[in-house]
This record gives sequence, C-alpha cells and structure tokens, in this order.
Amino acid sequence: MRRVRNFSIIAHIDHGKSTLADRFIQQAGLVSERELGEQMLDNLDIERERGITIKSQTVNLPYTAPDGSAYELNLIDTPGHVDFSYEVSRALASCEGVLLLVDASQGVQAQTVANLYAALEHDLVILPVINKIDLPVADIPRAREQIESDLGLDGSAAWQVSGKTGVGVPELLQAIVEHIPPPQDRSQEPLQALIFDAHYDAFRGAVISCRVFAGRVRPGDEIRLMSTGRNYRVEEVGVFRLKRVPREELAAGDVGYLIAGIKTVSDTRVGDTITLAEQPAAAPLPGFREMKPVVFSSLYPIASDDYLSLADALEKYKLNDAALTYQKDSSAALGQGFRCGFLGLLHLEIVQERLEREFDQAILMTAPSVQYRFTLNDGTQVVIDNPAHYPDPGSIRKAEEPYIRATIISPDRYLGALMKLCLDRRGTNSDLQFLSPGRAQLRFDLPLGEVIYDFYDRLKSVTQGYGSFDYELIDYRESDLCKLDILVNGERVDALSIIVFRERARARALVACERLKEEIPRQQFKIAIQGAIGGQIIARSTVQPYRKDVTAKCYGGDVTRKRKLLEKQKKGKKRMKLVGDVEIPQSAFVAVLKTDED
Amino acid sequence: MPRHLATRSAAEPTEPARPTPPSSATAQADSRADCGLYVHVPFCASKCPYCAFASEVRSDLMEAWAGAVLREAAAQAGRWGGFDTLYLGGGTPSLLPPRLLERLLSGLRRVFRFATDCETTLEANPGDVDRERIGAWRASGINRLSLGIQSFSDPELEFLGRRHDAQRARRALDLAREAGFRNLGLDLVYGWRGQDEDTLCGTLAEVVRFGPEHVSCYQLTIEEGTPFFIRNKSRPLLASEEEQANRFLLLSEVLGAGGFEHYEVSNFARGAHFRSRHNQKYWARVPTLGLGPAAHSFDGSRRAWNVRSLEGYLRSLGEGGTGREGEEALDERQARTERILLGLRTCDGVRLDVLSASAREKALSKFVPQLLLRVRAGRLCPTPRGMLLADRLALELCE
Ligand SMILES: Nc1nc2c(ncn2[C@@H]2O[C@H](COP(=O)(O)OP(=O)(O)OP(=O)(O)O)[C@@H](O)[C@H]2O)c(=O)[nH]1
Ligand code: SF4
Ligand SMILES: [Mg+2]
Repeated sequence: MRRVRNFSIIAHIDHGKSTLADRFIQQAGLVSERELGEQMLDNLDIERERGITIKSQTVNLPYTAPDGSAYELNLIDTPGHVDFSYEVSRALASCEGVLLLVDASQGVQAQTVANLYAALEHDLVILPVINKIDLPVADIPRAREQIESDLGLDGSAAWQVSGKTGVGVPELLQAIVEHIPPPQDRSQEPLQALIFDAHYDAFRGAVISCRVFAGRVRPGDEIRLMSTGRNYRVEEVGVFRLKRVPREELAAGDVGYLIAGIKTVSDTRVGDTITLAEQPAAAPLPGFREMKPVVFSSLYPIASDDYLSLADALEKYKLNDAALTYQKDSSAALGQGFRCGFLGLLHLEIVQERLEREFDQAILMTAPSVQYRFTLNDGTQVVIDNPAHYPDPGSIRKAEEPYIRATIISPDRYLGALMKLCLDRRGTNSDLQFLSPGRAQLRFDLPLGEVIYDFYDRLKSVTQGYGSFDYELIDYRESDLCKLDILVNGERVDALSIIVFRERARARALVACERLKEEIPRQQFKIAIQGAIGGQIIARSTVQPYRKDVTAKCYGGDVTRKRKLLEKQKKGKKRMKLVGDVEIPQSAFVAVLKTDED
Repeated sequence: MPRHLATRSAAEPTEPARPTPPSSATAQADSRADCGLYVHVPFCASKCPYCAFASEVRSDLMEAWAGAVLREAAAQAGRWGGFDTLYLGGGTPSLLPPRLLERLLSGLRRVFRFATDCETTLEANPGDVDRERIGAWRASGINRLSLGIQSFSDPELEFLGRRHDAQRARRALDLAREAGFRNLGLDLVYGWRGQDEDTLCGTLAEVVRFGPEHVSCYQLTIEEGTPFFIRNKSRPLLASEEEQANRFLLLSEVLGAGGFEHYEVSNFARGAHFRSRHNQKYWARVPTLGLGPAAHSFDGSRRAWNVRSLEGYLRSLGEGGTGREGEEALDERQARTERILLGLRTCDGVRLDVLSASAREKALSKFVPQLLLRVRAGRLCPTPRGMLLADRLALELCE
C-alpha cells in the first residue's frame, strides 16, 4: 500500500511558497540541475512576469524517508494575493495538512491570518514554518513571537527554513510525513472524486484535476459527472510531475488528473463530484462554497465581428478560472459584449491579460463597478452592477452600496497615513489594536466601491510596502448615489458611465475628465470631454487637435523608418475602439475610475 | 547648405513631375532611364549642433572615400538602366577638392549612363563658395547648386552654429549667379523657441528678392545624439506645436505670394520645371541608387542601406564587400503604405485608386470637407494645412 500525504503551502503574498515548492521538487529529483528554474510551478506567462502565483498548482513528489520508507507527497502551491483566496480554499479541500509560511523578515501579515482561518475551517493539521531565514534582516525570534501572539500557534514548534538556500528543507519533509496524517483509506467504497481545477487541451478536451476521496478510477471506466448526470469513458488518469505522468489508476487519497474526452466545456464544473456510472456514490461531495464576484465590468471585442470568437474563448477560459462569471451584455457605444464578475481588480486584470495572450482576443473592459441595491418607489428592489442599467433617478426611494470590513496590519508608524487614507475613502467604525510591539491592526468599514480601484496600491505606498490588507464583505448600507455620465464630443458614451457617491460627484467628474484627456489620443479635430449628471454638465476638458504632425524631411534614408513607425502606430490604433469619430483606447475605460491621489 | 539638412541617402524612385504611370508595380531600375543617383559625401568642416547626418570632421580619408564610391559604383553597374539626376549630398560636398570631385564625376560617367539633360546637383556651404571653385564645379558638369543658407540673420546663424554669416551667404548666391548657375536652390531652417517672426519674414523677403529657383524650408528637428538633443532636455528648444504650425502656414503664404509653388512639405519651386527632379524620385518611388556611407537605395521593389560609418564603409569595400548593411524587399502592402505616406507629402498627392474603398470614403467624407485634402485629376492632394498633418493623414488612410 502506497503512503500518501496531501498538503498545501499557504502564506501571505511573496512569503516564498513557490520558491519552497521548487526546493521540494528539486529534492524529489523531478528535474535535473540543468532544468532547475525559479518558481517552477508558476507556469503562466503572467505569473512569471509579475512574479506572483495566480493559480494553485499541484505536483506529485516521490519521497524516501530516512528510515527507508517511500512516500508520495501531493503538494499544492497556492497564491497569496487576497483576490485569489478562493484558490486557497479549493486547494485546502484536497489536503490533510498545510505548511503555513511566515517570512522571517516580514512577520505575520493580513493574509497569514486569513489563510490560517481557512485551514482551521477545513480542520487541517497546521505546520508553522519560518521562511527566508537566510535573509540578513531575518528576525526569527520576532517571527516566533508573532506566530504565538497573532496566530495562537506554538511558536517554539515552528520549522525554520530557507526556500532559497534549501536550509531546513530535509527536516521539513520529514516533519510532513510525521505530522500530517495520511488520507483515509476508503478505496473499497464507490468512487467519489472532487474536481478542483481543469483546463482545456485542444487535442484531449478537458483535463480535470481531482482529489479522490473514495473508490478508485482507471482508464476504461465509465464515469459520471454528478451535477449533470452525463457519462464519459475515462481515457487516461495520472499525476502531475510538472508534466502529466499517466498511472494505472487513482485511488482514494490520491490527487491527480483525469481525461475523459470531454469536449463540451460547460460540462466540467469545478466543485462537481465524479463517480462511476455502474456503481455511483450515494451523494456528491460537498463541493465548494460558491464565490461571489465583487467587481463587475463589461468586456467587448475591439472589432465587433470578433464577438463569437470571444464567446468561445470565454467558455474555454472559464474552465481554468471557475471564479469568473459572465453573461451577455450590450452597449450603444461598444456593441455586443459580456458583463463579467470578478473577485477583485487583480483578478480582472489577469482575466483580461490571459484572454489576450492565451486566446488571442483583442478586448476592452469598461470601468469596474460594484453591485448596488436600489429600492424603487413601488417597493421593488433592483440590484445593479452596470451603470448602464441605473434606474430612473426619480423612481429611486433608497440606494444602498456594499461595505467591507477591512483589516490592515502595519508597523504603527504609518497609522496616521493609513487613517487618512481610510477616512478619505469614507471609512467608518474604526478599531485599533496593537499586536506585538510596534505593530498595529487597524479595522475599518469601507464602501467596497471606494477600495476596488487603487486602494491596495495606495495602502502599499503610504506604508512603504509594509502594510497588508484583508477584507470581507459585510453588508449593504444606505447611501446617496448618482450616475456620472461622460460625453465625448457631445455624445454620451454609456460604457464610460460610473456610479458615484453624490457628494463627491463633481470632484470625481473633474478627475475623470482630466484622466480621459490624457488617455484619448489627439485627432485632427478638437475633442470635448464632459462629465454630466442627468442633463447637467459638471466638468469638462478638451483634447486639443493636432496642429502639426509631419516630419520635416523625408528623403531616401527616411522612408523605411517612417513606414515602420506608421505600421507601429497602425497597430496601436487597432487596439482602440472607435466611438463616433473618436478613438478611445482600452486604458480610458478604467481611467475614469482613477483617483487624483497620485 | 540646404541639402545638408536633408538626410539624403540613397534614393528612391518616384514619379517626377511628368505624367504619372498607372499605379502598377514600379518598373525595375535596370529597365528605366530615369533613375536617380545619390552620392553621400561624409565630410564636414565642423559639426552643426543640431545635425545627425553621417558626416565626420576630417579630410584625410577623402581619396579613400572616392575610390570606394567608384568601386561600389562599378559593382552596381549592370543593375541600373540610366540616370537623369545625380545628387551630391552630405555632409558638405563643397569641401571636396575640385580635382577630386572631377575625378569622381568622370569615374561615375564611365560606369553609368546619364541623360544628356541630367540634373546634377551639388550641396554647398556658403563658406566654401569662391569664384575659382564655382567655376570648377560648372566645368565638371554641376548644373544645380543647393546652398545651405539657413537664415539671413547673423544671430540666428550663430544660434544654429553655422560657419558662415549672412554676408557670406549673399556673396555665395551672387557668385553662383555670376558663374552662370541658372538653377539655384537654398535651404532655410526655422521653428525654434523664441525665433523672431520679423527676422524670419526678413529672411523670406530677402529670398524672394534674390529669386532662387528653389527653396527648402526645414522645421528644426531635435535629433538624438546631437548637442541640441542634450540642451533640449533641460530647456525645450522647439517652438510650440501651435507656433510651428503658424510659421509653416506663414512660410507657405509668403513664398507662395513670392511666386513659389509649395510642392512638398518642406520644398518650394519657382514653377514645376524647377522642382528638384532628384528629390521627387524619393516621393514618387522612382528607383534611386545611393553610393557612399549611410546611403540608401531603392530599385523598385527592394530598399537597401549602406554601412553608416565611413570607416566601416571603407572596410567593407576594401575587403571586396558591397558596402551594404542590409536590405528589405517590400510586399504589396508595404509598397502601398509608402505610396500613401510619400504621396501625401507632395502637392500632387496620391492616386485615389491607391486607397482602399473605406479609406477613400473616409478621405472624401472627412478630410476633404475639413479642407485638409482636395481632389484633383483623380488624385487626393493635400492643402498646405493638410501637408502639416501629412503623417497623421497617412496613418488614417493606410489600412
Ligand atoms: N532570501 C530569500 N528570498 C526568498 C526565499 N524564498 C523566496 N524568496 C524570494 O521572495 C520572492 C517571492 O517568492 P515566491 O516564492 O514567488 O513567493 P510566493 O509566496 O510564492 O508568492 P505568491 O505566490 O505571489 O504569493 C522572490 O523574489 C523569491 O526569490 C528565501 O528563502 N530567501
Ligand atoms: S554642414 Fe552641418 S548640417 Fe550640414 S551635414 Fe555638416 S554638420 Fe550637418
Ligand atoms: Mg507563488
């Protein structure tokens, strides 16, 4: 009988999860010295460029303990960014234990706490690990103390490692097999495998990542996806070892993949349970808590005739990003598109980038919005996440907007700046606690609409990178809202409208007009940009026309250079949306939301 | 020196002022008699602070350069039908010792066929013009001079870091006429911050009074790697776009009233006959061969460029190489882009049928009513205001 351990690495962003995973992979001998890379599990282009993990990744590692017994470790590396906490909770559902990393130079941060709670909720064994002990600024005693005081774990039991140098890694591996319990052996029961991720392979169809909780599955079996009741014939099962390695079977306790020729992408649902058609399980596994999107934006193809190709790309993309929601939308200015829901601004950016890169879509996204609630005079309630659907102002009896409870952990010397930031964003109900010496935990109720745009960036900058932030949605609160419209050369561009807090409408309109003036390229004619509420213009700016755009000289040697420049400009133009006579770049739609703080 | 200001390198073919052939592919260089020959003379007596042309302040390599140019010419001989223009640009061609110049020209004439009425231009710095040289130039077959006057104001010439003063410029012009040059061009620069409008008008008035056959007016451009480029970083040297545009229109008006046709963004001629036959080849995409360092060539379908540095160029030809650094074959799309982009610089514009249907529609419904373009004999031609936006219009009309 194989000895298996399933665990995730969880931590605050950048505390070194993926780098530690590299060391495990190295020790397991999955790659030769030559193939050794950095953050090998971050295989998406954007993950590599941004140096952050966006998706959880699984890897199966052979391990031989000092006593000679052989194990298989299924490791799941998780993202640390607050937007992707759902990736963490999905990973946790497949594990019996976690490594909770704390960066020895940073100490416990907001997502360390949030991830600890997630692991406790799943009833997992938690091994606290102090990481990056090689750093000259590492402060191990302080990290230990914070693990005790902030996390309530036994700090003296924390392992000390460096994911960079590999110090402490062999001891940690040993601790994993000693302290994390093996999965229950339920291989005799009917098959129950939880789908926790999937991606689309053009040749093989859906490649499903799953954790088998009961029973066994092998090629040739007829499986059933319990939510749809559809049956498929298994073609291949196996484990991930940076690449797919086929196996004869997956049995209770295993984490691996399954391919069953599933071409209908929508059939594959993350959270669904796979069972055998012949001997089905009595009930599906609990699945995942549905993630509620918090930020909404519309997505349009730059060229209107690419709508169908975008629809197809979205369907395939969603397989690999269960948190994205979308439905059809249309705009007078931009044509047919989709209204999408995201877990946060980073998630939105990632979706946009991945659609462009992995699916070759040229798209633009409108200014993100949260979901507002309106009670109308006739007593009906409407929920609106798209400014285009803003109710007739005369019919609104009550407007409400969503609030979050923000938790900020930061050195106490930045408290003043943090307070100011939160108050500027209409924060209320503050609460301050001092954690270990010199560190403060600040809590605030904030309108979600005030934090979606650049709150996190501002927080990072006012705390010089030392502040961290976590939040949860709490409730809806009454508010005085209005819709700010933007007119370009006298025409209202519905996709540029935003819903704003009335008291700040004028200031927001001024900033939006200024930002748009910077974003919208000059043309041969003057472009007037106006901000309006109802019919009333409250702000304006002008994009001056080109007066001169020609090079003085163009003789033999200049022709090639000029042509290349023009070709480049042409490409840039293709990425802009023509609204009336005016070309509006992608960036303008988000720019309306920018604040003037920077 | 007017021509200097132009980065002239090899040439490109175009259709000169004569009736335009159908817009089919340009005939290849070896089968036509109207190719243009450009020779790049990479020497200057001093380096002007705004200039990024390939030129060096040295005289020791002139012999070697001339030898290399003739070797390059010999290697190209079979590929070019005949030339009806020869343009010596730079750099400062007027620095060449007359005897060397004579040797170069007769060498070229041995290798290539030239039309009997070949337009043969030399770019000259007013400071280099004296009676003796100018006589020698005429004797060796130069029939057109392009003089780098730049301005008739001493303070402006000083700002531009030029070697000559206004007096010298006037004298150069008189000497040229005296020597019998019936086709004279001069170059001006304008458009820096704080340039006085009255002074500019004074220069223009003097130009009109003197009455050259051709005038080039170049908006000052800040080129990377020049002293002006560095100065411009701390304090902007160029006039505002608004002011530049106004100056451009002013120039067009004044020279127009003085009898000059504004036939290209920066070029004016006293009637179509005196347009620069050579430079029109670039805008009409007629084949041109460029000899010398940094020169560019176009044979009707390919663009090629020579090694830029003098030493590199000499080395290449010394080792039996071609002097070429690279070349690019143009596909139909690129050729069309060029036709539009170059055509819109000239008053003859671009044939309507070169544009795609949607671009044509855009031009007729937008740019014609905006008085940026007008339609003449099946061609879309820029107005002076259109010329000011030629690059923008090209971008809008290339699809
Ligand atoms: N000195 C030192 N640097 C480390 C160590 N581990 C990671 N780093 C560095 O810390 C940065 C973040 O490392 P990652 O492994 O990407 O961190 P992560 O926790 O996976 O980050 P996210 O997935 O974005 O949450 C990188 O620059 C690593 O090189 C370590 O043990 N010592
Ligand atoms: S004379 Fe001045 S402007 Fe002409 S090429 Fe030489 S350095 Fe350049
Ligand atoms: Mg990571």
